[in-house]
Amino acid sequence: MARSSKKSETAPGHDHWLVRPENIRKIWIGSIIVLAITVALELFTGTAGHFHGVDEWFAFPAVFGFLSCVAMVFGAKVLGNLLKRKDDYYDL
Amino acid sequence: MIFETFPPALILLFAAFMAVISRPNARAIILLAAPLITLWAIWSLPDGVLITTRFLGYPIEPLEVSPIRRMFATVFTIMAFTGALFSFRTAKTAELGAAFAYASGAVGVSFAGDLITLFIWWEIMAIFSTIVVWCGGTEASRRAGIRYAMMHLLSGILLKIGIEGVYVHTGSLDIQAMLATNLDTWLILIGILINAAAPPFSAWLPDAYPETSPTGAVFLSAFTTKTAVLALILLFPGEQVLIWVGLYMIFYGIIYALLENDARRILAYSIINQVGFMVCAIGIGTELALNGAALHAFAHIIYKALLLMSAGVVLYRTGMRKCTDLGGLFRTMPVTCICGIIGALAISSFPLTSGYTTKTMISVAAEQQHLVFVWYMLAAASAGVFLHAGIKFPWFVFFQKDSGLRPKDAPWNMAAAMIFFAFLCIALGIYADPLYAMLPNDAIVPVYKPEKVVFYLQLLLFSGLAFFLLLNYMKRTLTITLDLDWIWRVAVFRAGDVVYDACTAARTAMEKTVMSFLKSGQESLDDLSERDGLILRATSATGLACLYAMVLLTLYILVYYLD
Repeated sequence: MARSSKKSETAPGHDHWLVRPENIRKIWIGSIIVLAITVALELFTGTAGHFHGVDEWFAFPAVFGFLSCVAMVFGAKVLGNLLKRKDDYYDL
Repeated sequence: MIFETFPPALILLFAAFMAVISRPNARAIILLAAPLITLWAIWSLPDGVLITTRFLGYPIEPLEVSPIRRMFATVFTIMAFTGALFSFRTAKTAELGAAFAYASGAVGVSFAGDLITLFIWWEIMAIFSTIVVWCGGTEASRRAGIRYAMMHLLSGILLKIGIEGVYVHTGSLDIQAMLATNLDTWLILIGILINAAAPPFSAWLPDAYPETSPTGAVFLSAFTTKTAVLALILLFPGEQVLIWVGLYMIFYGIIYALLENDARRILAYSIINQVGFMVCAIGIGTELALNGAALHAFAHIIYKALLLMSAGVVLYRTGMRKCTDLGGLFRTMPVTCICGIIGALAISSFPLTSGYTTKTMISVAAEQQHLVFVWYMLAAASAGVFLHAGIKFPWFVFFQKDSGLRPKDAPWNMAAAMIFFAFLCIALGIYADPLYAMLPNDAIVPVYKPEKVVFYLQLLLFSGLAFFLLLNYMKRTLTITLDLDWIWRVAVFRAGDVVYDACTAARTAMEKTVMSFLKSGQESLDDLSERDGLILRATSATGLACLYAMVLLTLYILVYYLD
């Protein structure tokens, strides 16, 4: 990935190859391919489920992992509304 | 062999003393050599009770060795070595000495054969860890240290009352498996759980650890909570309540870390999260689950110290620890960044890291016991660990945005310590057999089955996807999140103010009533004395004093007879 980016291109906003928009796009595409591969691999390995429930459905870990994270992020957000204070709260 | 009956903890304690009184060059040698000698001593000890003696008339066993005890002592000593390597050039002498005395406490607890010995080393840990917190050197660390000390002294008191109760009721001080069935055992359990940062006493950990010096947190992360885990394994295996305490800790750690802005506090919350996995496993209580807890404690000490070293270098180089101030540091701190990422992958139990070869045992144990709900919760939590520590920590510190900071990378000794632990994280992930060989039995399961690896890859990578899709909802703000310690840091004082105000008002009202009553009494007395001049011929002051005395004497007589 764009390994020829030396000093010549170090204009403002173009400092490091990792933060350039076109490369971030490539990273997204690459990551989505990797995600698809991990799901596809389950076709060959079979399920790791054990309880004869949803845990044995195809792509269960992917869906479960994703949804748990969504739930935790929004759960934290709700709790945060109640419990967040300015960070000098205890210093006063 | 000279070390066949010598308590290894004393080597570290002696080294702590020598390090404080010696010159800098000699200090470095002492601090690096002592853990190696201690390791040799630990591995020279045969299994069994090696020393029995009497202390204040009680039979005690200061040195008892078993595989699991040796395993914990080993990782504590490795930690002391790497911590010393990381910090010997920058940390205060007092901090280094206290950290080694603290480490000796952890090794002492590991080999304590009876409850009195356990208690003594427990208190040594409390004292010296408080000094490590104070070595942060700021007003915030002084205050946090006092709160920290109070919490751990409370833990010690409860533990001691429980131990006395157990001795009185059973006549035995042995460290043996028990269940929380009566007040004695509950007090011991609560005393230990306070040190494990279990609810409602979790807040001391994210309160104190981040206020320490860049090096202090590295030592603190290893010993207190993990000796509590060992104590639980030895004393309360299979205590059901621990399953729920552990699950609470797991999700508490995730949610609070998600809300947190301070990078070192994120890591502090994730200690509670990880200890939650171990506590939950001890609650499950099968041989596999207990092995899982011990293995995970071993791996955890290494990757958590690695993460705190990485955050410590950032703090040391930039003086900053808030996500809102940091970002983009990967440009100039590649070693710190890569080591931080390896630690983050290990804590997330990514395949090929030490977290994977250890934590997987815990969820297999839940599976084998058909604890369906627990298993689903552990799976969700594994996803959550990747979210809050695995990606959040490296992302906000090293990537995120360009903060404009261009700090130098880690000094050589800090880099060496990080690379050593990063190496262990990966080595134990690829080849965990040396770790498994330390276990007391062979209750382990193979973790590198294709379907298991695919399971965790899907679970973790899709959590990563969730992180980046929801990034807008995780914008860092300059905030803290209130915890239950709000009760004793704020609510108690507010309640005190209310009571004080109420008392003041009541006192004023009472004074008014009494004074007006006395005034009217005096006026009628004045009338009497003016009329015939016989009863009271004195100044009003002596008259008043006489009246007070009379009232008091009357009251006294009344109370005397009424009683």
